[in-house]
Amino acid sequence: MAEAAGAAASLNAVLVRYAGRPPIGPINLAIAPGEIVALVGASGAGKSTALRLLAGLETPSEGAVVTAPGRTGYVFQSATLMPWADALANVALPMELAGVSRPDARARAVEALTAVGLGDRLDARPRQLSGGMAMRVALARALVTAPDLLLLDEPFAALDSVTRRRLIEDLHRLWAARRPRPAIVFVTHDVEEAVYLADRAVVLDGASGRVAATLASPGPLPRPAGWRADATCRSAVEELARTLATAMPGTEAAA
Amino acid sequence: MTRILPPLLLTLLLLSVWETACRTLHVPAYFLPPPSAVAAALFDRAPILAASAAATFWMALQALVVATVLGGGLALAVSLSRPAEQAVRPLAVALQVTPVVAIAPLVMIWAGLDHADRAVVALAATVAFFPLFSGVLTGLRSADPDLERLFDLYGASPVQRLIRLRLPSALPFTLEGLRVAAGLAVIGAVVAEFVSGSGATQGLAWRLLEAGNRLRTADMLAALACLMAMGLTLNAVVGFLEQIVRRRLA
Repeated sequence: MAEAAGAAASLNAVLVRYAGRPPIGPINLAIAPGEIVALVGASGAGKSTALRLLAGLETPSEGAVVTAPGRTGYVFQSATLMPWADALANVALPMELAGVSRPDARARAVEALTAVGLGDRLDARPRQLSGGMAMRVALARALVTAPDLLLLDEPFAALDSVTRRRLIEDLHRLWAARRPRPAIVFVTHDVEEAVYLADRAVVLDGASGRVAATLASPGPLPRPAGWRADATCRSAVEELARTLATAMPGTEAAA
Repeated sequence: MTRILPPLLLTLLLLSVWETACRTLHVPAYFLPPPSAVAAALFDRAPILAASAAATFWMALQALVVATVLGGGLALAVSLSRPAEQAVRPLAVALQVTPVVAIAPLVMIWAGLDHADRAVVALAATVAFFPLFSGVLTGLRSADPDLERLFDLYGASPVQRLIRLRLPSALPFTLEGLRVAAGLAVIGAVVAEFVSGSGATQGLAWRLLEAGNRLRTADMLAALACLMAMGLTLNAVVGFLEQIVRRRLA
């Protein structure tokens, strides 16, 4: 596809077949450099699959995947830290796997941990960290390689709403501070979160996994925290919720 | 202290019931000697029993090391490929379900009748092999799938993945296997000594056989007490190791 040129990553007519269930796709999705995309859809719509495809962790049955030219960062639903290693070693891992010398990798890890506000918890083990702190470590690990593309798979779903909002503010801050800004694809179930944090929300159809709709969020990023109460935000949330409802399986006949 | 007190009290109670029963019912000493007689036998034969216990312990320990190296090594090799695992697993299970007593005479012949100790080590290692093989293999496959994906994402080499992800993930399972294997190694060593039955090994099992043949029941029970103590000690040592590692790992 022509629009894929200059994209941070893209899925072009990608179809994924799993044994014992209808195929997902074809999906067409191009992520522009520096944009934030929220990926929403019913459970099983293929949101995580789309993310793994973009990361190159899964090969499509049909179609083409263009992965990011530089590094890709990934944050899973749980923090997914190595329990036997401290925060510093966990964050230094991607650099060390890439062959960066240990002192350099550790220095970068210290920077990344300081950026997420954990500069004083370098030697903490994952079990000593709260859920929010563990997620910050995971975020630091994803950012330590200075990725062009950051993929987040419902990263804050298990956290309380206060911690979740704070982490989204931090994500925006970290994103805005980077030059060039990384593209972010953020899978979420929460329509308000999707509207607030992204440039646009991509709705995946619950039955086919195709892109059912794309809704741009009004206004530039990053947004002030109070914007959630704004009328423009409220109406965008309502519209996204309606669109999402029609893309859920079982509602097609009623629609 | 509060944890060891109840079992200690129960043991003392059982011993005193035993002692009283033996005295009041006038049980013949060849049938069941009282604990006091067993204690006396333990004391009298302490040097011989200690030497025999050391011999059995040494053989069991050698077997454990052999089983760890072979079982762990094979699990490591096999973990690198699914077909290899599928090929090896049934054979490992076959080895596990074959009673050690049944293969003992064969191993005696192979080891050479002059080298009964080697046969004992080989047999004990055979019994201890499976829990270690199985534990290490399960452990190597137990790493968090998302962490495996992360290692994929950052293009980790097989060696990096093994050292930085799979071996640390396997450690708790390995220790669990080691604990089971330690108990089995002692059992294997004793069974093998029994089968060899020649006195060439001079272990605790031989003391049992010897005392049994002479109807010295108190000596038999003393040797049994030694075996029990040895098993408990080994179990405690591995348990302690496990605790340290768990604390360091998680």
